[in-house]
Amino acid sequence: MTSLLGRDRSDRVYRRVLTGFALILPSLILIILGVLFFNALPALERFGPSFLWTSTWDPVAEVYGAAPMIFGTLASSMLALLIAVPLALSVAIFLTEFSPRWLRQPVAFLVELLAAIPSVVYGMWGIFVLIPFLRSYVVPPLKALFGWTPFLQGVFYGNSLLAGGVILAIMVVPYIAAVSREVLLAVPASQREAALAMGATRWEAVRSAVLPYGRAGLIGAVILGLGRALGETMAVTMVIGNRHDISLSLLQPAYTMAAAIANEFSEATTATYQSALMEVGLLLFVLTVTVNAIARILIWRVARGAAVGSKAL
Amino acid sequence: MSAFRRHLTSRVMTALVVVLSFTAVLALLLILGNLVAKGASSIDWAFFTKSPVPAGQSGGGVANAIAGTAVIVGLAALIGVPIGVGAGMYLAEYGGGRLGFLVRFIADVLNGTPSIVVGIVGWTFIVKPTRHFSALAGSVALAILMIPMLARTTEEMVRLVPNSLREAALALGYARWRTSLKIVARTAMGGIVTGCLVGIARIAGETAPLLFTALGNLNFTLNVNQPMQTLSLQIYVYATGPFDEWHRLAWASALVLMGLVLVISLAARWVTRQRYGSIR
Repeated sequence: MTSLLGRDRSDRVYRRVLTGFALILPSLILIILGVLFFNALPALERFGPSFLWTSTWDPVAEVYGAAPMIFGTLASSMLALLIAVPLALSVAIFLTEFSPRWLRQPVAFLVELLAAIPSVVYGMWGIFVLIPFLRSYVVPPLKALFGWTPFLQGVFYGNSLLAGGVILAIMVVPYIAAVSREVLLAVPASQREAALAMGATRWEAVRSAVLPYGRAGLIGAVILGLGRALGETMAVTMVIGNRHDISLSLLQPAYTMAAAIANEFSEATTATYQSALMEVGLLLFVLTVTVNAIARILIWRVARGAAVGSKAL
Repeated sequence: MSAFRRHLTSRVMTALVVVLSFTAVLALLLILGNLVAKGASSIDWAFFTKSPVPAGQSGGGVANAIAGTAVIVGLAALIGVPIGVGAGMYLAEYGGGRLGFLVRFIADVLNGTPSIVVGIVGWTFIVKPTRHFSALAGSVALAILMIPMLARTTEEMVRLVPNSLREAALALGYARWRTSLKIVARTAMGGIVTGCLVGIARIAGETAPLLFTALGNLNFTLNVNQPMQTLSLQIYVYATGPFDEWHRLAWASALVLMGLVLVISLAARWVTRQRYGSIR
């Protein structure tokens, strides 16, 4: 046994070592930001803010504008949320409110498994299964019903905003579902019981007592899903078409920021080209960090400090 | 609203929730079903033992990619696990203050960082100065992806250890650091291992951060200073390529990768159940 003084010192050393490990995390975020910023500096200086809203992407003339990718990133993520949110919230509501006890574990496990499928596998499934399915069974009826809207113009060749959005939707369901479920589990049983005691039906109890109570957390869950969708790379790259174009039509090819980096980085031979892609990376990083920070703050308000949704990781 | 209509609404909405939930489950079953249906027939001995043959020829395997996945992921775990677990121990043991709050928040935010961006970091620090692609750069990128995740799961698991255990050790005259390592960490070991396994399963399927770090390699290599193939990179190249033979191998590789990820994830669950069967 060491003396009390010596033990004091070893305690301090232990604490310092752990603190050192912990400090790596804040350094990481600064390192990533710094790396992107300094790599992007030439492009930042050369193109200024107009990088955000111009659409020319011409490696020969060395003129770059990221508007199509920014548009495609936002559009595909929004489409994904539009599809994923009803599914994910249903899973969460089903698991916490309606499901028989014996069914909870299996359903929760299967939905969590969606998060375990690698992105590149989703992409491949998208190419060989989803796109043919969309072409034969989804696009023709959609066109027949809504073909007059600007969202369904042109011929569907496969790789498109629609395909990217649907793949993304399937990919973010497990994240939104897992966090929403934990948020709903944190709603006190007395909320439900009070509503039911007042004569509410089961659905009315969910709608008027449970969902409003967890609202901040549920919005946080959706925003977290948005963060995932914005930065998702491989699956989207493989099915979205990778074209520098802005089109409202879901049937046309599009591009996302992450896809552009994945696709063009190794062929970016000039310094300006590379720097332009780095600026895209910087934009993407700042965007996802902001979105994630907002989501976390909202979720923390419901479940303070708990690692909510960590099971979905 | 009449009582009848209210009850009808309740029934309809309940049914809708059930149907939508099962749609999500159906998507998973479809993907797994397709993987087995299209990949299983191509898996034979040669698939695991041979390296790829030139494009257009049939046959060959993905031995190089399987070995590469093991090397790159293993090295990433070697770098990432100590840091992630250490940071998690800090959060659980000393994380009550402002720094703890900040680290926790940053870990959560970093967890959602696009992996492609992390690939750029690996490229900048290793590929750019050495002027060649390397497996090491890929491992560093994957390690960075692992760290925030491990920090949070470790913290969560360590927090499950009852405080009375810690107090008992301190009351017996154990030093704080010894209590933390010998009592607390050891009790939470099952959970920590689970977190590590889940982290490894997740990075095993990553592709984006490897595109311009590990790059891919058609030949078998174990040299971490060289470009190296992984299953995920192989799937990307084969699935987006023009040949039917490649598509066949892509499905088979995807099935193997998915199987690998599933086995690790299930092992993780099994380890937790051994420890926390009654709690979780």
